Amino acid sequence: MDNYVYRKFKNNLFFVLCFLCVIIAIIPLLSIIFEVVVRGAPQLSLQFLTQPPSEGGIGPAIQGTLILIGLTSLIGIPVGIMSGVYLAEYGNNKFATWMRTFNDLLTEFPSIVVGITVFTVVVLSIGSFSAIAGALALSIMLIPIVARTTEESLKLIPNTLREASLALGVHKWRTTVSVILPAAKSGLITGTLLAVARIAGETAPLIMTILGNQHFFLGFTQPMDALPLRIWRSALQPSAAVQAQGWGGALVLVLIVLSLNIGVRLASQGRLRR
Amino acid sequence: MNLKPSGDNLFKTLTTILAASAAIILLITAYTLLTGSLPAIQRFGIYFFTGTQWNPVVGREIFGALPYLLGTLVTSGIALIIGVPISLGIATFLVEMAPKTFRVPISYLVELLAAVPSVIYGLWGLFVMRFWVIDYIEDPLSSLLGWFPTFSGTPFGLDVLTAGLILAIMIIPTVSSVSREVIQAVPDSIREGAYSIGATRWEVIRHWVLSYGRSGIFGAVILGLGRAVGETMAVTMVIGNAIGPSAVPTSLFKPSQTMSSLIANGFLEATPASLELPAYMGVGLILLLLGLIINVIAHVMVSRVLKIKGGAVE
Repeated sequence: MDNYVYRKFKNNLFFVLCFLCVIIAIIPLLSIIFEVVVRGAPQLSLQFLTQPPSEGGIGPAIQGTLILIGLTSLIGIPVGIMSGVYLAEYGNNKFATWMRTFNDLLTEFPSIVVGITVFTVVVLSIGSFSAIAGALALSIMLIPIVARTTEESLKLIPNTLREASLALGVHKWRTTVSVILPAAKSGLITGTLLAVARIAGETAPLIMTILGNQHFFLGFTQPMDALPLRIWRSALQPSAAVQAQGWGGALVLVLIVLSLNIGVRLASQGRLRR
Repeated sequence: MNLKPSGDNLFKTLTTILAASAAIILLITAYTLLTGSLPAIQRFGIYFFTGTQWNPVVGREIFGALPYLLGTLVTSGIALIIGVPISLGIATFLVEMAPKTFRVPISYLVELLAAVPSVIYGLWGLFVMRFWVIDYIEDPLSSLLGWFPTFSGTPFGLDVLTAGLILAIMIIPTVSSVSREVIQAVPDSIREGAYSIGATRWEVIRHWVLSYGRSGIFGAVILGLGRAVGETMAVTMVIGNAIGPSAVPTSLFKPSQTMSSLIANGFLEATPASLELPAYMGVGLILLLLGLIINVIAHVMVSRVLKIKGGAVE
């Protein structure tokens, strides 16, 4: 009997421990959101959101992040989707298996290494830190994620749909573009937006590609500011006022990233949840 | 051959080329880092991997990457020691224990941890968690065990321990979601068999479920290690950024440096015309190789288990 009581006790003990693990993981999340809101909210004002740092604002950083998101999407999404289309529609061979593996490896790439590569290949060759270089670095991180979700969404489309279209005499490429991709639309949009949300907060590869500065957009081949960079640099300043600006920037970034993330997930209602 | 519609060939060629983009990027990266770091590695030879000095002054340059390699390994190790049990607890709770209504919201919250940008972790670590670490962990440990080399030094909060702890939090979503999938892939017949011979829930999990899925869980852990090794910003902001011999992580309460934080901090300030830039590239190369090895192992382990899952479902 004692043995039974002991086993029962152990069972309950581990139930409590596992529950504690969940609590331990959620505390940082809640604390991060709490601190960012409490310390960041007092900073928010029209002036803070639209003026350059010389006027105590983070306008250029917000503008830079939006430009980066746009440019990165423009480069990364088409490449990622096409690459995913190949893996899903033609991917039943050895070449595709290898490409899938490389794709997975690139997803887990140390982001700072991407920064060094783009610095060497792009920044050194055009001779200036630039918005374009930053967008390329972020695209490199975006492509494998988009390719992966595209492949997964396309594989969910039943084969009968492909067969029906091909039976009508439609070319395979036309079938893919006009039947399969539209059928997978909601999965594609969800996956792509989540991927964009994930790279929007990337900092490391931006350090050696866009450099960061105090000005509004100067051109695609000029240095540019971005929210993550501004937050990082502000946090390391000794001045409490500048640090507070960092928290304000953090609130804006968290709002962009989390609202994209939560919004997309709510809208898709766990469609992509595995 | 001419009967084949040309649109199809064009489309297939185009998607094939774009599908190869990941491989091309990997090759370019490897080539760039290799050629970029060659001057430094040729000049310093084996010292580059085993040395501890970091002096960019032209004429007296010497670069050794060992402290940063150790820094990466030690902080990632701390992250695994603390993060993995918590992640396994979460995964077990979600699959085996939680009432159905709580599963989705809880896994949702844990996944949100992965959505928080790493610079925000850094900011929070620098201004909030750092003080928790000083007050509740480092001060007590230091006064109790300060005589022991691992806990020597004055607790300051910007050190190896804080960096390891923040990495532990950051790998939780990865490790817990992959191991959750692995645990879910364990066939129910295994559980039923174990329950039928009178095992308690915990015994079923401990002796049957976790041991059945151990290679997949190992893969999840390695995947978490890969995440920790490559992480840059959060670590850069809390590790204290030591350089040279003092960066060797001999104590938990000592500022140190990881490979990625070294590059993030120093790359832009590299002394022109010195070998400092090639040295950073060399550190990047070591980081790349370490990351690739870890992820290849994880990839093999996890995909093997998910194949089992596919077989069990169909």
